[in-house]
Amino acid sequence: MPKFRKETQVTSVTDTSSSILGKAAQATPAPLASRIRGISDRTMAWLFITPAIVLLLAINIFPLIWAVYLSFTNYRANRPNAPLENVGLSNYSRVLSDPNIWQAMQTTAHFVFWTIFLQTLIGFSLAYLIDRKFRGHAFWTTVILVPMMLSPAVVGNFWRFLYQPQIGLFNYIVSFLTGIPPSSFEMLGSVQLSPWAIIIVDTWMWTPYVMLICLAGLRSIPDYIYEAAEVDRASLWRQFWSITLPMALPFIMLAVLFRGIENFKMFDMVTLLTGGGPGSTTEVASITLKREAFESWRTGRASAFAIILFVAVFGLANIYVKALNKVKQR
Amino acid sequence: MQTIKQALLGATSALVLFMAPSLAKADELTLCWAAWDPANALVELSKDFTAKSGTQMKFEFVPWPNFADRILNELNSGGKLCDLLIGDSQWIGGSAENGYYVKLNDFFDKEGIKMSDFADAAVNAYSTWPKGTPNYWALPAMGDANAWFYRKDWFAKPEIQAEFKQKHGRDLAPPKTWDELKEVAEFFNGREIDGKKVYGAAIFTERASEGITMGASSALYSYGFKYENTPGKYDMEGAVNSPDAVAGLEAYKELYKCCTPPGYTDAYMSESLDAFKSGQVAMAMNWFAFFPGLYKDEKVGGDKIGFFVNPKEKVAASTLGGQGISVVSNTDNMKGALAYIKWFAQPDVQKKWWSLGGYSVHKAVLTDPSFPESQPFAADFLVAMNQVQDFWQEPSYAILLQAMQKRLHDYVVADKGTAKEALDGLVKDWTEVFKDDGKLN
Repeated sequence: MPKFRKETQVTSVTDTSSSILGKAAQATPAPLASRIRGISDRTMAWLFITPAIVLLLAINIFPLIWAVYLSFTNYRANRPNAPLENVGLSNYSRVLSDPNIWQAMQTTAHFVFWTIFLQTLIGFSLAYLIDRKFRGHAFWTTVILVPMMLSPAVVGNFWRFLYQPQIGLFNYIVSFLTGIPPSSFEMLGSVQLSPWAIIIVDTWMWTPYVMLICLAGLRSIPDYIYEAAEVDRASLWRQFWSITLPMALPFIMLAVLFRGIENFKMFDMVTLLTGGGPGSTTEVASITLKREAFESWRTGRASAFAIILFVAVFGLANIYVKALNKVKQR
Repeated sequence: MQTIKQALLGATSALVLFMAPSLAKADELTLCWAAWDPANALVELSKDFTAKSGTQMKFEFVPWPNFADRILNELNSGGKLCDLLIGDSQWIGGSAENGYYVKLNDFFDKEGIKMSDFADAAVNAYSTWPKGTPNYWALPAMGDANAWFYRKDWFAKPEIQAEFKQKHGRDLAPPKTWDELKEVAEFFNGREIDGKKVYGAAIFTERASEGITMGASSALYSYGFKYENTPGKYDMEGAVNSPDAVAGLEAYKELYKCCTPPGYTDAYMSESLDAFKSGQVAMAMNWFAFFPGLYKDEKVGGDKIGFFVNPKEKVAASTLGGQGISVVSNTDNMKGALAYIKWFAQPDVQKKWWSLGGYSVHKAVLTDPSFPESQPFAADFLVAMNQVQDFWQEPSYAILLQAMQKRLHDYVVADKGTAKEALDGLVKDWTEVFKDDGKLN
């Protein structure tokens, strides 16, 4: 081992940070060492976290505060020379009384509910099966995880072709199974089917993610609990409802939280598949927000909408996390 | 001494390297436009400018669906990407009022460039703001309008001709009215030609940018749709939602429902071209800009393709496309950008522009006796450019456009409500926008 490494090696876990610093200082060239010796632990800590704090302030906090400010003005990014006026709560009241925005919120809620329901149901079922450790389960786990590893842009374009009514494989499979002519229905162009077309794609892509989290939950349940249940002659059904599900529940809830937040702001997949259409059938809140901000350029109103969305997601997530903590404590 | 020499050499090299980008910039211009066929023609044409001036031309071509987003973001953020911009006609109001474009009146006067040398409709649409005033913010660069093309070879088949005549009592020919257009589209729809099922027409239904508005406008204008009862007064009630406008929108929806290929719910320029080139449709709408490429197409071009202007119903009208070329105020190479405009305005350059596939609207080109015969679609282009109508060119055009996109797509594609309800809703949306802008009380 080189001399330098040997000298700075931590010899005991009880070493204080100051002694580690001292050794680090000894090993560095003289000018730098003298500078480091003059720095307190607290200063050093600040030095380490300052870049992260600066980035956080610049990229997250400042834009958030700025958006709050803009939400009370008539600012439009495409008219930088126009006089900036304070409009009070007007943007908020117009957003909250806009039927198009409520329509988009309903569409979002429909999308979030069904994607989470299906992903949780299928994801947990798959995890339960994979957890049986049958022959080749590692191979099938890898296969199941493939959709999750793809880029949403690739998935969106790929499914757009699959759903194409004249040449798409999806329509041909449905036709083969049901006898309906493949060109007689349009998954992406129909008002009734297009929301489900998106739900199918999102479920296909993200079920593996839910499965992974659920699998972690199932594998964390100690075997001795099942062994005790078997001694008590509990049926498999009883074991599932009394042991497996309650003990995996915090993990399932965590998966629901992650997917819920992610799907609430879903943009890329919907844009690629339907662009919010036909009409406004699949226009989720994030697309409405993007149109308001970067196509209509009503920056003030778009900021108000963004703040409302942020508060809604933040509030719901907080309530959910509290419920999650209660479940964990049981 | 040797050390000093080396230091000086190093410093000089560093200075040259440091200065290199700005030196290069002085002899370089970036022209921004949409990525489409005419853009390639412009690259070819601009080689003459480089040869003459020594200025290197760089091009930033953005695909149409992202063109407005990308370029308007660039202008709004004060970017320096573009020295010259061939921007959509609807942008001119906002770009003039926000100071994104250089006003060209003094430059035109100094260089002897006369707007009267260009087609009047083009100057009004592509160059002026406010409308009807001689304030020029662009030089007309690319005339364009929405028009139609059809499978001439299918129309000429004797058995098809005979069947059509028996059914409709007239010869099968390019439609002159929207009623005829629908009749012909219905006739072809679902028919088997050369062993393949074909469809009536490919029209614009795109939701995200401007597609369905540009397509439906072709029907609306022909049926008598007007934006205002009195130009400049923003009095839209009874004009935008007039019985004629309602009839026009219904006609467009009927054409969409009866005769477009399956899955045609979000289609614009490229989808229309694809449908036609793949032999799926008998007729298609698109911009004149694509016609040179279509005519040259090996599979469907030449003798197999014919062209016609937008059919009239009550009014002879075509939806305006096309753009003017403007100097971006933020440019670091103002002199070079203006030199390009001066060069581009020359009649000889304009003639070459047309010969390469660009649509010049210079009178030296349009009034040339050989012009109508110069291309199979040239005569139609002249007709179309004399009857063009354009969307709002207001600074708030983007909001106005988004409202129309939504209302039309909801009605035509998503079957929501009636045509009257869609247009009533549009009046409501647009009224709110003009109230926000202080143009209505």
